[in-house]
Amino acid sequence: MTTTPTTTVERSAEPAVGPKSPKAAGGRARRPGRIRRFGLPYLLLLPALVLELLVHLVPMAMGILMSFKQLTRLFLRDWTTAPWSGLDNFKVAVDFDGAIGEALLKSFVTTCLFTVSSVALCWVIGTAAAVFMQESFKGRGLLRALFLVPYALPVYAAVITWVFLFQHDNGLVNHVLHDQLGITDKPSFWLIGDNSFIALLTVSVWKGWPFAFLIVMAGLQNISKDLYEAAALDGAGMWQQLRRITLPSLRPVNQVLVLVLFLWTFNDFNTPYVMFGKAAPGAADLISVHIYQASFVTWDFGTGSAMSVLLLLFLLVVTGVYLVLTSRGRKTADV
Amino acid sequence: MSRIRAACACAVTLSLALAATACGGGSPTSGGSDDSPKTLTYWASNQGASIEVDKKVLQPELDKFEKQSGIKVKLEVVPWSSLLDRILTATTSGQGPDVLNIGNTWSASLQASGALLPWDAKNFDKIGGKDRFVASALGSAGVQGKDPAAVPLYSMAYALYYNKQMFKDAGIAKPPATWDEVVAAGKKISKGGKWGIGAEGSNLSNNIHQVFVLAKQHGADWFTADGKPDFTSAGAVAGVKQYVDLMAKDKIVAPGNAEYAQNQSLSDFSKDKTAMVLWQTASATFKTQGMKEDEWGVVPAPVQSGAPGQGRSTNSMVAGINMAVFKDTDNLGGATKFVKFMTSDPEQKILNKAYGSIPPVKSAQNDAAFNVPAVATLKETISTSAAPLPQVADESQFETAVGTAVKELFADAAAGRPVTTATVKAKLAKAQQQMPTK
Repeated sequence: MTTTPTTTVERSAEPAVGPKSPKAAGGRARRPGRIRRFGLPYLLLLPALVLELLVHLVPMAMGILMSFKQLTRLFLRDWTTAPWSGLDNFKVAVDFDGAIGEALLKSFVTTCLFTVSSVALCWVIGTAAAVFMQESFKGRGLLRALFLVPYALPVYAAVITWVFLFQHDNGLVNHVLHDQLGITDKPSFWLIGDNSFIALLTVSVWKGWPFAFLIVMAGLQNISKDLYEAAALDGAGMWQQLRRITLPSLRPVNQVLVLVLFLWTFNDFNTPYVMFGKAAPGAADLISVHIYQASFVTWDFGTGSAMSVLLLLFLLVVTGVYLVLTSRGRKTADV
Repeated sequence: MSRIRAACACAVTLSLALAATACGGGSPTSGGSDDSPKTLTYWASNQGASIEVDKKVLQPELDKFEKQSGIKVKLEVVPWSSLLDRILTATTSGQGPDVLNIGNTWSASLQASGALLPWDAKNFDKIGGKDRFVASALGSAGVQGKDPAAVPLYSMAYALYYNKQMFKDAGIAKPPATWDEVVAAGKKISKGGKWGIGAEGSNLSNNIHQVFVLAKQHGADWFTADGKPDFTSAGAVAGVKQYVDLMAKDKIVAPGNAEYAQNQSLSDFSKDKTAMVLWQTASATFKTQGMKEDEWGVVPAPVQSGAPGQGRSTNSMVAGINMAVFKDTDNLGGATKFVKFMTSDPEQKILNKAYGSIPPVKSAQNDAAFNVPAVATLKETISTSAAPLPQVADESQFETAVGTAVKELFADAAAGRPVTTATVKAKLAKAQQQMPTK
């Protein structure tokens, strides 16, 4: 088994060596077979494909299948026997006059608000930090390492620490805001009620911005110093350099960054779940936990799956529109 | 290039978005067998102060069982927070343990899933008969009229724990027996950073246990006789309001308790910050938190008036742990033998002593260890004035829906928003709408 790929690689590499290679000159080269020539990349991709199939596609197909079934607790033991329900699960999920649909819609709106705020803040803070760290100064390496700590910490440990900080009676946040600075009249509740949105957003941004920082910093390395020097000669100030050189040059990087941050934040399950458990306060009821609750707490996997499928469709549409818009913008810019 | 990127983005989107639907399952076999008679896997719920403590308690007993029967038991102690998810996963995949512990309030829900071996007369005979068990404990092992889905293992009940010194300081001569007395005592104590009674406002199960009892005391059940949710009856609303009012109106619960879900109210009690808690078997926790046994007292949980008993004087839910056999076990005979061993008189005494619980096996209750005052109060409650939570298939949804409603009401109370009969009723109506209709 081990020899076959090696040989194939050698043979397929032959054309690249060119007609002047000694082997070709010696006339020992054979024309690679069509299957070998065209099949090799697929063969190499096969393990990844099989894994992708098992890890993502099969469960996804099952999830879609489940969304058309009346999969309640009664059929948990063998879900294939659950009766078909057609579009009923979807109807329940989008019936905004019913309790389930209304709650889903509310959770969806909350998640959208949360995602937009979190991605925007992560991007602004990350970019500002990356631009700031461009200049070399004493202690830059240490500071850069410190910036990455939130990204490197295990989510559970980090979020639990935040939960302690946000506690009403003994938390550091209230201690600082109320006892020391006197900004609030009385200690606030961060883990229940409306403030829970702010608490969740804080943790999400704290966790997310180092990734933006890392990616933008990598992007900044690719911008030629000459551009800045030329601009400086032309009298462009720091702000103008940022607007006219840095940001446009970072455009391709930002496109991917914003998309990835958006998808991660929209689907973030760990942060809200560790912060609030299975019943998040209304103001911080993100859709991932909401769907988990519909499936695993209510034991109605049919409706839960239907909600997931709807979410998938939404994210596909958003991603598609985003890609079309951003690539059209780039083409115009290229022209 | 953009096509490749689009494809990548789609792949990323797909993989991220469908994480939630990725709950698959195989087709389990239709029933148990005796294919591997020499080993058993046992999922024990976390009963002790930590998982390590549980292993120390259980392992010697499992070794004893191996010596007697030649069957090796592989033990896994599962934390409460993940036990139900683990059971659900095992149910769908058919890849579960042979024997497992379940919270007794889940019995009916899990019974409906068909994952657990029904305990019919024949199976009960193998472990010494149904009559060995306390009736109220058996009542929490499945829907009435059906063969129980599990066998009671440890029983617990709620009682009122009070701090003797704090009562003395406030000039309260005798511990309260009714809710009016609780409020009166609480008002005397609640000043200068000290509070009357603790609550776990964000703990859904605890909320349910408390409002279940209070609704009973107002003459209401949470489900109709045919198992339909009935959350907005006058009694249920009154029960919930009375519980939340301890914070909202009577002001004897610290507002911070609205976000408690990790037994913080027990730490407050140990630190002399709150004078009372309503809890099931809290003695061991107080001890580990540095309280001496004579510093606290235990009395039956309060009732509206009079003395604890059945019906309107119910003062506790039947709390406890049941032992179930997974239907897909490969060692049916061994699993039954193991249940017999764990529910035998000597093991019941050893295990329940270790955990501070009460044996649900009548003949094991006579041991002197279960007659000391603290434990006797619990024993008395279980046999005379406790009622099992509604044994309906939708019980776990009920816990989430109503437990969340109570959590939200506590959040309102903590923020100083009014809690009225109308707001309570509206929250409970919303909870009821969220219950499955299929």
